[in-house]
Amino acid sequence: MNRIIVCIKPVPDPKHWHKVSMDPVTMTLKREAIPNVMNPLDKHALEAALRIRETRGGEVVLLSMAPPFAERILKEGLAMGADRAVLISDRVFAGSDSLATSRILAAGCRRIGEYDLVLLGNFSIDGSTAQVCSQLAEFLDLPNVMHVGELDWDARGNMIVTQRIENGRVKLLAAPPIVLSVRRELNKPRYVSFAGILAAEKKDIQVLSNEDLRLEPATVGFAGSPTKMAGLEVRRSERARARIEGTLEEMVQQLADRIFHYCVV
Amino acid sequence: MSVEKQDGIWIFAEQRDGGLHTVGLELLSKAAELAEGAGASVTAVLLGSGVETLAQVLVDHGADRVLVADDPLLKHYRVLPYASVLESMVRERGPSILLMGATAMGVELAPRVAARLQTGLSAHCIDLKLDGDGRLLQVVPGWEGGVVATIKCPDHLPQMATVMPGIMRARPPEHRNGSITRVAVDLAGVNLGPEVLEVSMEPPKGVPLEKAEVVVAGGWGIGGKEDWKMIEELAEVLNGAVGATRPAVDEGWAHEDCMIGQSGKTVRPALYIGIGISGVMHHIVGMDQSKNVIGINTDPSAEIFAVSDVIVVEDYRKIVPKLIEAIRARRSTGYRALECTDPGLSAT
Repeated sequence: MNRIIVCIKPVPDPKHWHKVSMDPVTMTLKREAIPNVMNPLDKHALEAALRIRETRGGEVVLLSMAPPFAERILKEGLAMGADRAVLISDRVFAGSDSLATSRILAAGCRRIGEYDLVLLGNFSIDGSTAQVCSQLAEFLDLPNVMHVGELDWDARGNMIVTQRIENGRVKLLAAPPIVLSVRRELNKPRYVSFAGILAAEKKDIQVLSNEDLRLEPATVGFAGSPTKMAGLEVRRSERARARIEGTLEEMVQQLADRIFHYCVV
Repeated sequence: MSVEKQDGIWIFAEQRDGGLHTVGLELLSKAAELAEGAGASVTAVLLGSGVETLAQVLVDHGADRVLVADDPLLKHYRVLPYASVLESMVRERGPSILLMGATAMGVELAPRVAARLQTGLSAHCIDLKLDGDGRLLQVVPGWEGGVVATIKCPDHLPQMATVMPGIMRARPPEHRNGSITRVAVDLAGVNLGPEVLEVSMEPPKGVPLEKAEVVVAGGWGIGGKEDWKMIEELAEVLNGAVGATRPAVDEGWAHEDCMIGQSGKTVRPALYIGIGISGVMHHIVGMDQSKNVIGINTDPSAEIFAVSDVIVVEDYRKIVPKLIEAIRARRSTGYRALECTDPGLSAT
């Protein structure tokens, strides 16, 4: 194995999601109050990369397109064991949809150089579009497999990838270079060790702007995103919102009455 | 650029091993509704090997035309050949709108095709409408509870969207006439990508979540794997299925297959009971078509209460064990939960 690139996205910590709000004027996310964490599924992608390196060698490079605060998330990935990290950060990339994001990440991959594998989480927990794996692969002109639940090698050194689908699985014979996005059951990500944290301090985070990537500004960011936000709507619920009150016993009986009423034919 | 001037509205009719996924029929129903207003035609695209017999099913569910690409190389779904065939069909005929299911297949294939066509794609839509200019308004769940975003693709065609399975209703079939056109497949020189070695299906155990008439769902507020057993027990006494929010799945209390919401399943049971669930939009979009909703949470300002018929502001640890006892007691006197009555086509 020559090199494995792992795409990492900082996302708002789901434990604080109730604090997220949207600015109705700019139609952007107000997330200042929310701490960022590494997208949970990306950790599984990184764990997969580290395990492959342990058995088949190669360099593990983290790649992220994010504001500068993402350095802290990349440090965490370096502390888990990645060799180095590349952060693509430029205001011109703001407002990118999945197509523009994938174009930028593809430029980042090419800048990193030769690689055998690009790994990422199946989706990010904030946007949840799950579109970057396929679109990044398209821009890199590589095959891709999503929903990877198992990753093995046969005796001849061929990669065997098992894809989870509705009520089943598909086993595929895959050949690098390829882009794979993984599900949580693939592995259990390792914890960051104290030695890992110390080692991460010595590892490099390279920051790239569009001066380095030289993408046409019309193809990235808001300008390069075919999808546009057209509106925000407040959902009004017509539910009764009847509150059950009383002692614990009274509440239980009322609740059982309701359930009985709803469910008995 | 309007819908009727182009080749109308297309839906991708997903099949695996000769079985149509119900999401294709749901998309047909929505496409027919959109097309009626716009004076456009509805086309279903069917890819596979030996699948032509499915074409009439698609006509009967609302397709005016079915384009069938039938080739041994398309027997098993693979993203590269499927993307190649779909791309060339779109380039040749130019639909205004292309809709696909947000299934394992759809979420892999649709973005690849969108990237080839350099067009926009909105993911996991919960509704679709046309604006006054015939542009597709793609309704996707937004961030904050109670808000949904509308996405447009104003300058590119086709306008593409994936739609969550189960969120739209398929029309009952009626015998209709439609054209069935076989499209030539040319995959010579195309990189087919990874080779399929084996496809194995595992029929789901118990009541499938999507078809359960009672769903008991738990969230972050449950607090631990041990306490999660209360959720399972309540579901069991109600002959229901267990649902979960993302944090509960991420914590490992519930299996990923139990997840309800934007990147999980859509449920519409007769009764949904949400316990320890804050109610972020990602979850709400998967459950708010439930007929009756009971919310149990200690926090009176929990978003789940905004979509609840019955609100219980109390610690579930006090309520649920007593509720299980009460239901068991009543069941012994003749209670029975609804049976699943949704006929549905065989979902693959």
